[in-house]
Amino acid sequence: MAEFKMPSLGADMEAGTLLEWKVAPGDIVKRGDIIAVVDTEKAAIEVESFHAGVVDSLVVEQGTKVPVGTTLAVIRGEGEPAGAPASPPQAAAPPSANGPTSTPAPPAPLRRPRISPAARRRARELGVDAAQITGSGERNAVTLADVERAASARAADATKPSPAPEHPPPEAPPPEPPPVDRKAEVMRAMGAAMAKSKREIPHYYLSNTIDLEPAIAFLAAENAARPIERRIVPGVLLLKATALALRAIPELNGFFEGGTVRHAEAVHLGTAVSLRGGGIVAPAIHHAGELPLEDLMWRLNDVVRRARTRRLKSSELSDSTATVTSLGDRGSEAVYGVIYPPQVALIGFGRISERPWVYAGQVVSRPLVVASLSADHRASDGHRGAAFLRILEDKLKEPESL
Amino acid sequence: MATMTYREAIREAHREALSSDPRVFLMGEDVGRYGGVFAVSLGMAEEFGEERIRDTPLSEVGFVGAGVGAASAGMRPIVEVMTVNFSLLAMDQIVNGAATLRHMSGGQLSVPLVIRMATGAGKQVAAQHSHSFENWYAHVPGLRVAAPATVHDARFMLKAALADPDPVILFEHVLLYNMSGEVEELAGPVDLRRAAIRRAGDDVSLITYGGSLPKVLEAAEHLASGGIDAEVVDLRALRPLDLETILSSVRKTHRAVVVDEGWHTGSLAGEISARIAEDALYDLDAPVERICSAEAPVPYPHHLEQAALPKVDEIAAAAKRRVGSDG
Repeated sequence: MAEFKMPSLGADMEAGTLLEWKVAPGDIVKRGDIIAVVDTEKAAIEVESFHAGVVDSLVVEQGTKVPVGTTLAVIRGEGEPAGAPASPPQAAAPPSANGPTSTPAPPAPLRRPRISPAARRRARELGVDAAQITGSGERNAVTLADVERAASARAADATKPSPAPEHPPPEAPPPEPPPVDRKAEVMRAMGAAMAKSKREIPHYYLSNTIDLEPAIAFLAAENAARPIERRIVPGVLLLKATALALRAIPELNGFFEGGTVRHAEAVHLGTAVSLRGGGIVAPAIHHAGELPLEDLMWRLNDVVRRARTRRLKSSELSDSTATVTSLGDRGSEAVYGVIYPPQVALIGFGRISERPWVYAGQVVSRPLVVASLSADHRASDGHRGAAFLRILEDKLKEPESL
Repeated sequence: MATMTYREAIREAHREALSSDPRVFLMGEDVGRYGGVFAVSLGMAEEFGEERIRDTPLSEVGFVGAGVGAASAGMRPIVEVMTVNFSLLAMDQIVNGAATLRHMSGGQLSVPLVIRMATGAGKQVAAQHSHSFENWYAHVPGLRVAAPATVHDARFMLKAALADPDPVILFEHVLLYNMSGEVEELAGPVDLRRAAIRRAGDDVSLITYGGSLPKVLEAAEHLASGGIDAEVVDLRALRPLDLETILSSVRKTHRAVVVDEGWHTGSLAGEISARIAEDALYDLDAPVERICSAEAPVPYPHHLEQAALPKVDEIAAAAKRRVGSDG
């Protein structure tokens, strides 16, 4: 039996609302299958299963907001009996003549959640599942006030269009819910992550101005032969070059957690996307360094579109090994970003603009970009950071290598 | 309204009773010529004479027994026992005698006896004078047990006790005698069946009696400054308990802290906690907590004595824990 839990889709996520089940008990799921849609402060996320097996039971109802780590569903491995944790087999099978049979492990004792008697009764009256509430009482006991808060939060969720819950809501009219201010929630979530970053991560910053003349010329030639919808934008070259440079400097690609650095094997590049109405989300482009430019272009378009329509996958929000923020045509000249914990580096690109540049002893007009590195000094130092920017520059000067 | 001390209030209650009913008399150790070891009856021997304010030999079993006899013969005796510790010598008279006679005589005998006892610690008079055995008497059917915790109750509880056809024990905490307070002069007798809400509040019920009431009220003020609105329930009646008032307070606040100067084990606080668990469990939002005295004979040294007794900050901390606001 495996428990499918509310995933943490980023350092700033504390809870999520289960919007929709994509599976039903009895369905067979593979690792990576989308089994639910979860609403975080930032977006509706399609959550993938980490397990293969058969859906045994759905624990949390649609429309319920639960903290990260709460069990949402139970997935039974192939060959496991149904409902094992709740109702163990009646009797062990008689021993086979061929030898000892493996006896199933006794079910883990179910821990009774700490819910005050008054809260338990009130939850029943309100039709709230008190076991799914994070308690604020002594030793995290769920109290009356927690139940009433959960009931009014649910009432607030119910005002949004969402699938009807299986059980009808209680007859008692819920208190007037405050309107959900999505923008404020996004700002709060982003603010929490950024505050944590600035509080804990000793950032250092480096930047290089890079001449993009060869890259732009290379793209012009590439795109000339392509239909409009398959053309590649300069930002894709920046992503690819970054991914390759990160592969060369593993100190910048990974995580700092629990006091230690963990280098990531693959490069999954978080790509900052600003959302309409405010806020930023940085979905990962998996294995960005290994994708041909055309595929990378397609992947970039895809995640940007889905980020803006709030349809990202859980792995895209939790897997990034480093993040790129690229300001685009209307941005500033340079950006020195705030690292997204627990990552250890953030790479920024300012606006690409024609500016004076000394080339072969002449001042000429060239398309320039300021590439910056914000890095965690616990994981790397300025020497390695400078090497990274140098490699990045070299890659962009030889665009055909991308 | 008149302002007086708890001691003066009890003396006034005696003077009223002695003046209005010729069957009433007071007896006990040093209550006459000395005026009582806590000076409750100071001047009363001169006023009412030695027939009605009677000094007794130092024999609790003797003079409490005499009180039981006098009461069953039609008098209305008030017996003062110097401390509840000493009353243990008279327990046979009280438990086997006073409490049982109506029941064993098929209703032919009644014992309208009032026994007043000092109780409690805090005056550095060591273990043999400092204990709180209210619950020992509150255990016994056939007795009514009460504890005036305010000056007003001290003034008007005796009248109610004397009006009762059965034995009544009144517990006076030694630290209350010097307390000043207001008395409504024309108030009737205190209803010995009812607890009193000394402070109304919504967040937590602080349930106590006798000498702990001032501490609990002080704790409630501290809590109020921290935004916790405590309700203070003064039991007044220790037997029978006014469960209705206790439970309705807990049903309102959903949390209870019981403060009792007795020891935890087998305490009145334990009885109240059990009643709450039996009758109001589904109203509780946190476990009931008891603040009682340390499980040791009350120590003599001042600092140890204070350490052993319920303390204001301890009561406030318990209330905060129950409300869940201790961080």
